[in-house]
Amino acid sequence: MSKYTVETPKKTDRIDRLKEALFKSRPQIEADRAVLLTQSYMETEGEPMVIRRAKAFKNICENLPVVIRDDELIVGSSTVASKSCQVFPEFSFDWMEKEFDTIANRSADPFYISEDTKKALREVFKYWKGRTTSELATSYMTKDTITAIEHNIFTPGNYFYNGVGHVTVHYDKVLKMGYNGIIAEAKAELDSIKVSDADYVTKSALLEAVIISCNAAITYANRYSKLALEMAGKERNLQRKEELLKIAENCSKVPANGATNFYEACQSFWFVQLLLQTESNGHSISPGRFDQYMYPYYKMDKNSPDFNRDFAQELIDCLWIKFNDISKVRDDASAQGFAGYGTFQNLIAGGQTPCGLDATNDLSFMTIAATMHVLLPQPSFSVRVWNKTPHEFLVKAAELTRTGVGLPAYYNDEVIIPALLSRGLTIEDARDYNIIGCVEPQKSGKTWGWHDAAFFNMCRPLELVFSSGMDNGKQISVKTQNIEDMTTFDEFYDAYKEHMNYMIALMVNANNAIDVAHAERCPLPFLASMLDDCIKRGKTAEQGGAVYNFTGPQGFGIANMADSLFAIRKLVFEDKEFTLSELRDALETNFGKDTVKANTADLVAKIATELRATGVTVGEKEIAQITKTVVSRTDANKNAAIREKILAQSKFGNDETEIDALARDVAYTYTRPLEQYRNPRGGQFQAGLYPVSANVPLGAQTGATPDGRYAYTPVADGVSPSAGRDVHGPTAAANSVSKLDHGIASNGTLFNMKFHPSALEGTSGIESFISLIRGYFDQKGSHVQFNVVSRETLLDAQKNPEKYQSLVVRVAGYSALFTTLSKSLQDDIINRTEQGTF
Amino acid sequence: MEQNKDLSVKGRIFDIQQFSTHDGPGIRTIVFLKGCLLRCRWCCNPESQEYAIQTMVRGGKEEVVGRDVTVAEIFETVKKDMLYYRRSGGGITLSGGETLCQSEFALALLRTCKKYGINTAIETTLSTPFFMIEPLIEYIDTFLVDIKHMNSEKHEKFTTMKNELILQNAQRVSQLAKNFVVRVPVIPGFNDTEEEIKDIANFASTLHGVKEINLLPYHRLGYDKYIGLGREYTMGDVPPPTKEKMLILKKTAETFGLTVNIGG
Repeated sequence: MSKYTVETPKKTDRIDRLKEALFKSRPQIEADRAVLLTQSYMETEGEPMVIRRAKAFKNICENLPVVIRDDELIVGSSTVASKSCQVFPEFSFDWMEKEFDTIANRSADPFYISEDTKKALREVFKYWKGRTTSELATSYMTKDTITAIEHNIFTPGNYFYNGVGHVTVHYDKVLKMGYNGIIAEAKAELDSIKVSDADYVTKSALLEAVIISCNAAITYANRYSKLALEMAGKERNLQRKEELLKIAENCSKVPANGATNFYEACQSFWFVQLLLQTESNGHSISPGRFDQYMYPYYKMDKNSPDFNRDFAQELIDCLWIKFNDISKVRDDASAQGFAGYGTFQNLIAGGQTPCGLDATNDLSFMTIAATMHVLLPQPSFSVRVWNKTPHEFLVKAAELTRTGVGLPAYYNDEVIIPALLSRGLTIEDARDYNIIGCVEPQKSGKTWGWHDAAFFNMCRPLELVFSSGMDNGKQISVKTQNIEDMTTFDEFYDAYKEHMNYMIALMVNANNAIDVAHAERCPLPFLASMLDDCIKRGKTAEQGGAVYNFTGPQGFGIANMADSLFAIRKLVFEDKEFTLSELRDALETNFGKDTVKANTADLVAKIATELRATGVTVGEKEIAQITKTVVSRTDANKNAAIREKILAQSKFGNDETEIDALARDVAYTYTRPLEQYRNPRGGQFQAGLYPVSANVPLGAQTGATPDGRYAYTPVADGVSPSAGRDVHGPTAAANSVSKLDHGIASNGTLFNMKFHPSALEGTSGIESFISLIRGYFDQKGSHVQFNVVSRETLLDAQKNPEKYQSLVVRVAGYSALFTTLSKSLQDDIINRTEQGTF
Repeated sequence: MEQNKDLSVKGRIFDIQQFSTHDGPGIRTIVFLKGCLLRCRWCCNPESQEYAIQTMVRGGKEEVVGRDVTVAEIFETVKKDMLYYRRSGGGITLSGGETLCQSEFALALLRTCKKYGINTAIETTLSTPFFMIEPLIEYIDTFLVDIKHMNSEKHEKFTTMKNELILQNAQRVSQLAKNFVVRVPVIPGFNDTEEEIKDIANFASTLHGVKEINLLPYHRLGYDKYIGLGREYTMGDVPPPTKEKMLILKKTAETFGLTVNIGG
């Protein structure tokens, strides 16, 4: 076991300056990559796709503008402007062209785009018509699948329009042997195969593509070395001159060769991280266990007499800034689902070694410190927790949580390791897991996990039960029994499962279509150079080169579904308070909110006309009958009363046995059918239960639900209870959530808790907080993250109390639910937040 | 069996709060018992004072305050957070109202918790005769005892009760208690001068085994409830003590060699 130092060095002024510089300009869209890519594609028509990809990557590495920003110690930027992005037309471009004029002013993640850039991109886009992965994927999908997507049952938008990403490569391999080492490996493999081998043509092409790509990466670094040298020549500030010379030296050594000290390792790491996001725009390129694979280089320095720990910390801090210098532009709808310019570069500290010992080391603490120093959203910082996690490590993590930055997310080894074992990982690989993107566990350097394959809205199939599979006048799912004919809850629930099964199968079709499209049109040879066993198998990851292959689409809306089904079982079938038809009327009128009284006459006339058109005689008697029905069905008070009855029922999130058991079962309607499916790479489908931020936009496509949720409002996030429905505090909510089967959702679950900073005050606040995490994890929860709320949130909670009913605040010796306090007291607390606390 | 008998004992409560972290060590579940002997002007739980079940308007809706429950029913809820108690060294805290007013119920509940190894605490003013307290002592890990003022007349003026019995009980209970913490609600205009705090701290320091005193700054958490109960809030607009003031009082109390915390 390695000894570690808990205390970490302080932040330097440089970090403040770098951070400030990040925010000097707005995020921009730049065209260089798209132009260079297209140029190369035009020159390589007819060659094997993997070679074309490598040559395009080479052209980009040789010609993309190189820029060293002021004060930087770690260099490499894919764009001239800070936190900006390049364009990746090979995946999709239609949307961008359509959104050119709105992208700078849209609500979610706006990007500035100059007229010159627009012009350059328009020119480039001409070439891409009919050549993107997105278009090929669409042509592979069945008609029913496309219909289901159009009707918002699920959305595979992530990889449909973009690269896949969601991977952690063998950073350790590059750090150790450099790209020269990988080139040697590829060459040796090339030497060992025979022209007569069955897979010679594809394998030799891949190996050649790997060699081209690795050489391109070396060229790219050399351009930085040259630039640094030039800048050093002109630099008057002696200290900066020295720094630039050092940068020049580093970039000439790495990533071409193995790193020989921590600084070189940091620079080498950054080139890998940056270039992966230049080859493709798949997000969630996750550094993973940085504290583990960087440690050997840190230790090398630590053992030398002139070791400077402060400098090591500064380098880590510099890297943390760089993580925020990369951005990604998405179409408007996707941007709402991934709001916040997310690149989801998930970096995790702590946990255990492949042989099951505690892995905490100096760097584990220094990564927490770096996150504390920069207080920026990237990297998405996570910590692993297991039974032997040192307490002092959790204390430091909790102190970070207390800042309100929303980091780290906490992951439970005791759930995730067995879950991965159940998916076929070896025990060593399972223990060595890290997190991809949001919450998805995998083994680095071996997995092509397709972790964020789709969002499946579990509330939509429920709507289909009420309409027997019709949506907007179209039969889009199986025709299930009319609700009027249902006499038991089981009949209703079975109909729901039928729609679920049908739609899950279509989602699998969508994912597999996209999967094949990526394999055909966008194989990634640079990525393949750092992923086992691509070189040995002669395939890129997209073609099935990885050791572990998965597809992980995520379902969400568990809490809404549990609350809805519980209300239906209780109120319709047990207590017979109202019928399913009456409930349908209530849902269709949004619990009486959308009823306009004046419309009754119009509605009656419309129905009469329709009936007449079908040949029915409609006389006065019939009109009276229709009027009566319309009036009854659109009776706002009656429909609102139905909602009141629903709200009075038990809700998921309050540690109540019956409804929590139903929630567990509801989750199985998604997780279990999914496991039976396979992807084109020979891997298994595995469910995740989390929506990123898609619960908001996809909720906006969902009508009222029988849990009392109004139409078009957000659905519950992750596996968390519906907003404001958990009223017994954090332990009760955690107990409920832990009753779900987190093990089967091996693509990850997401549990959000909200706290006011006062709840984490002082040593005792931190200790209680850690105990809360421990208690939740003892019960086999998989993930938890904390939103320690700001003043702004409190102000919002004051305005929209229904959204914040479970928000815990501390009031001088008291913990209380914020929304239960009076306005004046709430003001007290809000003001106190500003002043600091008792 | 005695255990079974305990489970069926009935009491009257008005709330249970999970995940409390400020009334005793660790993560705790607080059971609020209804009924109190004192009528402190600043009381933040005015609905706790009457033993009778009441109606209170909260958020525009009428709410019934108070319900009769068995120890078994309460224990179902208390048990739910067992894992968190174990992890944090927490447990159950009985609060009120004055817990001791329902001493049989309190005893049955505390004894049940102890059988399950749950840490127990009680928030009390010790305002009942000693014979009602004595049987409970062996089942209580931490006494959190309010000492509000050393001057009996002033005590009576603001709480409706003299303090002699309270102080006497404090001396006797501290001899027997495992852990005894003195708590002082710091109320502007009542006991917020250095002199008054000094007197309380002086008394606390003479109690057997007392090492800790908590100064709880007055707050207006109860305001809405007074209105909801149709009562007048006699504290008016009195502002809570400032942070600076609290720090001064803390220093004062520290001169008696006690550990002083602001807040719970």
